[in-house]
Amino acid sequence: MTTVHPTPRTPPLVEQLKGGLDAPICLTWELTYACNLACVHCLSSSGRRDPRELTTAECFSVVDQLADLQVFYVNMGGGEPMLRKDFFDIVEYSVSRNVGVKFSTNGTYLDAAAARRLASMNYLDVQISLDGMDATTNDAVRGEGSWAAARRAMDHLAAADFGEFKISIVCTRHNVDQLDDYKAMADDYGAQLRITRLRPSGRGVDSYHDLRMTNDQQRQVFHWILDHPDVLTGDSFFHLNALNTETGGENLPGLNLCGAGRIVCLIDPIGDVYACPFVIHDDFLAGNVRDDGGFAHVWRESELFTELRQPQSAGACASCGSFDACQGGCMATKFFTGLPLDGPDPDCVHGHADDALAAIGQGVAPRPSQDHSRPGAAVPVALTRKI
Amino acid sequence: MPDTETTAPRPGATPATAGFDPAARYRLSPRVGLRPEPFGALAYHFDTRRLVFLKSTDLVDLVNALADHPSAAAAIDHTVEPRRRSAFVTALASLAESGVVEPAVEPLLEHPA
Repeated sequence: MTTVHPTPRTPPLVEQLKGGLDAPICLTWELTYACNLACVHCLSSSGRRDPRELTTAECFSVVDQLADLQVFYVNMGGGEPMLRKDFFDIVEYSVSRNVGVKFSTNGTYLDAAAARRLASMNYLDVQISLDGMDATTNDAVRGEGSWAAARRAMDHLAAADFGEFKISIVCTRHNVDQLDDYKAMADDYGAQLRITRLRPSGRGVDSYHDLRMTNDQQRQVFHWILDHPDVLTGDSFFHLNALNTETGGENLPGLNLCGAGRIVCLIDPIGDVYACPFVIHDDFLAGNVRDDGGFAHVWRESELFTELRQPQSAGACASCGSFDACQGGCMATKFFTGLPLDGPDPDCVHGHADDALAAIGQGVAPRPSQDHSRPGAAVPVALTRKI
Repeated sequence: MPDTETTAPRPGATPATAGFDPAARYRLSPRVGLRPEPFGALAYHFDTRRLVFLKSTDLVDLVNALADHPSAAAAIDHTVEPRRRSAFVTALASLAESGVVEPAVEPLLEHPA
């Protein structure tokens, strides 16, 4: 992301983006809730396919709508998107309509033939999810055998000469000490490393407190990202910019704002449109692509998105000198930990949410509105280390 | 959120104008999608996957007019007031650096008025 502006007369770009755009800059589209894994931090509580899933024709229609809106690319995920029998049809149709595809997969179904097919396509990025350098660290979160499956998929992509695929890591207190090793692994593959923030969404609502980074680890990540500008972050760590007092005011690269309903959103497998991938909850449901007017109408007219584009109150953060840098953090993370949306993020580096978080009783924080987990499939977090 | 493919300019950094030749003819890269926005436009390079914000409608007009002029300098002279010229040269250089605009290869065809 780069900004080019010959004259600084207009309001800052970020202020304009907060007011929303006619179409999202990018959006996440979960193609299915079906998944062979049962990761303990799954944002969408995936496992079982929802029978109301969009049909192939409906998916093509969504692609057409995105193409008309000049949405440049879509982040496809799930669930495990490759479990859809029409997965390649949807991807190829999207690419043919100039809507680039970045898709996330656990790699289980990415065999040699799939890797060759993917390597033959333009406008396509593949992102393999991995949450540990070794099977012990990874499989405690993503399930037994998932580390080996991800590594096999990477080997297939490399063998097929795919080029620069992405390796995507959710930072937890158990794996964050391995950042240098991930980087070395990505470099070995000629891949690009992407690290993102853990959210208490989906099944993460139950694992967040065991997996979230310590404050020392957050500080370590902040400086590590600044030292590695070629590592992607999905702009997900902007709450850490409150540490910019240690860098002479230098922030992490990125837009530094919550884009929910303003520049990003989520389309779920049944066509429901949520403000962002981290808030699959009825409170953040804006509409459905099957409604009259389709996606564009939901994006432009929905009451929820209109409200999210109004100036937001800094609330309890208003008196904090870091608010301009951290923007109060992530809406979804506050919501699912039971904190007020106009106060500090639970991972506030100044600890401003610690008392409020400790005071929230059992069962008070909202639960995700849906659970697609397969019965008995959740993996225990074996590495629990309380702060 | 969109991934950030490049870092923001570091404090004290000077804009790179090396490699940009105002005397040459430029065009919007055919590998770039340009989406008009109230603040200017959003540009996406399908090869590098870089997202670039053009934060001025005048800059967008200039980019769209580039190929109609024999040189970038001529396009600037035609589109913006003289006192804003250097700012637009810098902006175009930055867009050339990110591949949003590129030297035009075909000769400029003279259209009868």
